[in-house]
Order: sequence, then structure tokens, then C-alpha cells
Amino acid sequence: MVNLEVNIGSLKLKNPVLTASGTFGYGTEFADLVDLNRLGGFVVKGTTLNHREGNDYPRMAETPMGMLNAVGLQNKGVDYFIEHIYPEIKNIDSKIIVNVSGASVSDYVAVAEKLAPLENIEAIEVNISCPNVKQGGMAFGTTCAGAAEVTRAIRNAYPKTMIVKLSPNVTDITEIARAVEAEGADSVSLINTLLGMAVDVERQKPVLSTVTGGLSGPAVKPVAVRMVWQVSRAVKIPVIGLGGIASGADAMEFILAGASAIQVGTANFFNPRITMEIIDYMEDYCHRHNVKNIYELTGALKL
Amino acid sequence: MKKQLTDFIIKTSEMLTPSCGMLTLMPVDGSPLPEIKPGQFVEVAVNSVMLRRPISICDVDYEANELRLLIRNAGKGTSEMLGLPEGSKLNILLPLGNGFTFSDDVVQPGSRMLLVGGGVGTAPLLYLGRILRRKGAEVTFLTGAKTSAELLLVDEMERIAPVAVTTDDGSEGEKGFVVDSTVWQKDYDRVYCCGPAPMMKAVAALARRKEVECEVSLENMMACGLGACLCCVEKTVKGNVCVCSEGPVFNINELTW
Repeated sequence: MVNLEVNIGSLKLKNPVLTASGTFGYGTEFADLVDLNRLGGFVVKGTTLNHREGNDYPRMAETPMGMLNAVGLQNKGVDYFIEHIYPEIKNIDSKIIVNVSGASVSDYVAVAEKLAPLENIEAIEVNISCPNVKQGGMAFGTTCAGAAEVTRAIRNAYPKTMIVKLSPNVTDITEIARAVEAEGADSVSLINTLLGMAVDVERQKPVLSTVTGGLSGPAVKPVAVRMVWQVSRAVKIPVIGLGGIASGADAMEFILAGASAIQVGTANFFNPRITMEIIDYMEDYCHRHNVKNIYELTGALKL
Repeated sequence: MKKQLTDFIIKTSEMLTPSCGMLTLMPVDGSPLPEIKPGQFVEVAVNSVMLRRPISICDVDYEANELRLLIRNAGKGTSEMLGLPEGSKLNILLPLGNGFTFSDDVVQPGSRMLLVGGGVGTAPLLYLGRILRRKGAEVTFLTGAKTSAELLLVDEMERIAPVAVTTDDGSEGEKGFVVDSTVWQKDYDRVYCCGPAPMMKAVAALARRKEVECEVSLENMMACGLGACLCCVEKTVKGNVCVCSEGPVFNINELTW
């Protein structure tokens, strides 16, 4: 019997497979296709203090083995989440992690404080890396001082597991990771999307309404694996790896490179059952490699 | 209505015009088709591009356990689908979206329904027309294309109800756009429309002037098809909503057109 359990701070996951924020809605959208109870957990959509309409259409452009998005954190706000969505999902037998975003430090803190009392939300993922909003988001995640400031403020207000989601759009991601670790983050997840752009050559206009957007999908995977490897060697807290995972083998690349858990994002869009396939693959992989506990494989890369 | 991922086999593949073809599909394992409402769509996985391609359901034959998709060659993904030999398999996510309104409170025997299609947008109206006729509605089809060579499904629609045709160049039917057709001289209880956005906007404006209920089927660019990614949003009176999960069919009163 293979043990797929992993710990992220005090958060115990039945397996390392999570879904990435913004790619799995609130879980219920996939309920016909996926056994939500089998997931290690799912990270629900970026949640802000107030309702956000997001950016104008078009918000998406498909690119070779990837896509650009500029959704811009469309969501109905944290109060709506607590009143209307949380009751619908709280009994799913899987860890629910809420992705938290804000335009100011006080916004982040206010959202975290509202989520803290929810019994079945044991963790938040702090998004300091959204490239698609004018205020906040990536602005905090691209400097050590900004990342540290948000992390410190939320740490003082939120006692449960705090994961900080890092932006790859920086010169040295390990510096940012160290900065949030020093301020008490329990874990870091990486990578958020890479800032990108696409042009409609006939219309001579940008494809996205926002001109630039976030690149995700298999195209970004090698960059993500490299950053997970670098960050996992730079910090002691567990690393959650994501970026272009579209198969079980992809997921194991991240684990071997140093991730304790992984998130599946864009692949949910083209293979809604991908998470189930990855869990099956991990079990089989551990059997084939005579590994009892999958956590033994974190960072087991042979150099 | 539960969504499912099913492997289908291409039973027949036939080009109807130089750019549009019809695929007839059956579940590989013979499992019965789910209940499908007219105006719903599917997402088809292809090898040449990452994302699935949303295609509206043209027709459903529960007896033969067959689904038909009318596909316009609009790029790599659709070109791949149209080029696959008969007997090939396609993985399909279905049924998606809300579909056109055909409940008993809206469709009664004798209800006068105008179904307006532009180009490949005519596809979902075939199945809709058949269901409306079965409920005793008085159906009129109106279909438009650039030229007679690009008209689609006219023969099939004629087997269900009368068909009015417009072409931009006058090569068949009345010359002009669908909004120029003489069928608009009659009164209708409801207009159902699917086609390019400028055409649907013109039809919506005409329906407003004539104070007739009108539903349009949008085709905003989609990724997931499940209401999760929030990429395909349309601005509505309720704010940005997903076309894939809250549409693709909208009453024009819900839109900001």
C-alpha cells in the first residue's frame, strides 16, 4: 500500500494533487466529471474583499501549447463566498484552500480575517503574483519588501496554514521565497503565470483587451520546474509546484525537483479528469519504484 | 443533466460547402446519448491545438444514437476535425450550456417561431426547429449566407418547415442580409437566432423594434466550457457572465447590446 499523504505546514493532504486557483472554479463545476473527494485539495478562485467584474472580453488567447489569460480576478467578493459558496462545498472530503488577493495590504488582511473562522478552510493561498490587475497582485510579488510586507501583515491576522503564491516575473525568485519564509509563510506555491502578449496581425491589435496577460499551460513547464528546483533548495518550508502540469509524469517532475505537492491548472480545461489520472499515476509510480511514501520523493532528483 | 466525457466514432464525414462539413458521431461503446437540449454544445479534443473546440450541436437522433456536428474550417483545430477519416475517434465533453427556450409556457401549438441562422450558425436551429414543430409550433426558418454556394442545411430545414433564404449577392433567395428578408413582414411570438455577432446584433435591433421576444446564441472564445475559467464572459445586465455555462443562449433583454 502506497502512502500518498503529504503535509504542507499543519495542512495534511491525502495526496499531493491540488487544483490551481482560477482553473477549477469552486470545484462544483467539475463535480460531474471528477470525484472531488479523491483530490488532495483544491484552491478556489482568487477572492477579494469586494466584488470584482474583472477585465473586458477578450480575456483569453490560445498560444502554442499554452494560453494567455487576463481574467482580472473576477469574483463576487469574500462575503458572498462565505455566505453562498462555502456552505455548498464545505462538506467535500478534500482540503479547500482559498486564494486571496487584494489591491492593498489592508484588503489582504481583511479577507484573511474573514476566512480564518471557517472551520473547513484550513489554509489560504496568498496571491502576490496576479499579472492581470492594475493594483496589488504582482506589484507585491516582484519585490522582496512588498512580498515581506503582505506576508507579515497576513501572518499576524491568520493563524492557519498560509501559502504564498509567487510570481515568476522576477529576476531571482529565490530571494522573494526567502523573504516570505522569513515573515512566517508556511509554504510557497509557484509559479503563477508568466507575463506574455499576443498580437492579431490582421487587425494589428493586441488579442487581449488588457494588451498583456498571463501565460500558462505546458509551454511554461520547464521554466516552472527550474524555479521549483531553485526555490526548494533556497527555503526550508514546503514548496507547491505548478506550471503546465498535464500528465502524471509532469507532476512527478515537480516532486522530484523539490515540490511536496503540485497544482494542476490549465490542463483542467482540456482534460477535466486530469487530476484523477495524476493520482493514479503517482500510486503506480511509487509501486514501480518501490517507494512506500511519496514524500520520500520530494527533491529526490539524482544529480 | 450530467456532463460526461465520451469517446465518439466518426461514422460519416462530409463536406457540405468548401469550408463547412458535417460529422455524424456515435459513442464508441454504444452507450446511450445523454439528454441534449437544442442550442447546447460540445467541446471536442483535437491533437493540433491545446484547448478543446466548442461546437454547437446540429442534430440529435436518439433512435440511431447519433449526434451531428456542423463544423466550419476556422483554423487548425476545426481543420483537423474535418480532415479525420471516417472511423476515427474523438473525445467529446457534453452536453454543455443552457440551450434555447422550448418549455411549454413559451412554445404552444400554433406559436409562431422565426429561426434565423447565418452561415454555420444555422447549425443548432435544425434540431430546435424539429423540436418546436413536434410541439405544434408554426416554424419559419430564415437562413443567410454570402452566396448560394455557402448556404447550409436548406434541404434539411425544408423537410421540417418553410425556409426563407437571403444571400449578400442575390445568387439565391432574396438579395441582402437576413434582416432585409420579407419574412419579417409577418408577426412572430419569438425569434431564435444564431450567426456572426454583427448579424445577431442587427436581428436583435429589429426584434426590439418589432417588440418580439428574441434569443441569440453567442460564440465567445472559450477555454474550459464548464464556467470555471471565466474567459468567455459577455457583459450582461447582471455583469460579466460566462457564455459557456450561463449561455450560450441569451434573451436579448439580458444583454447590453
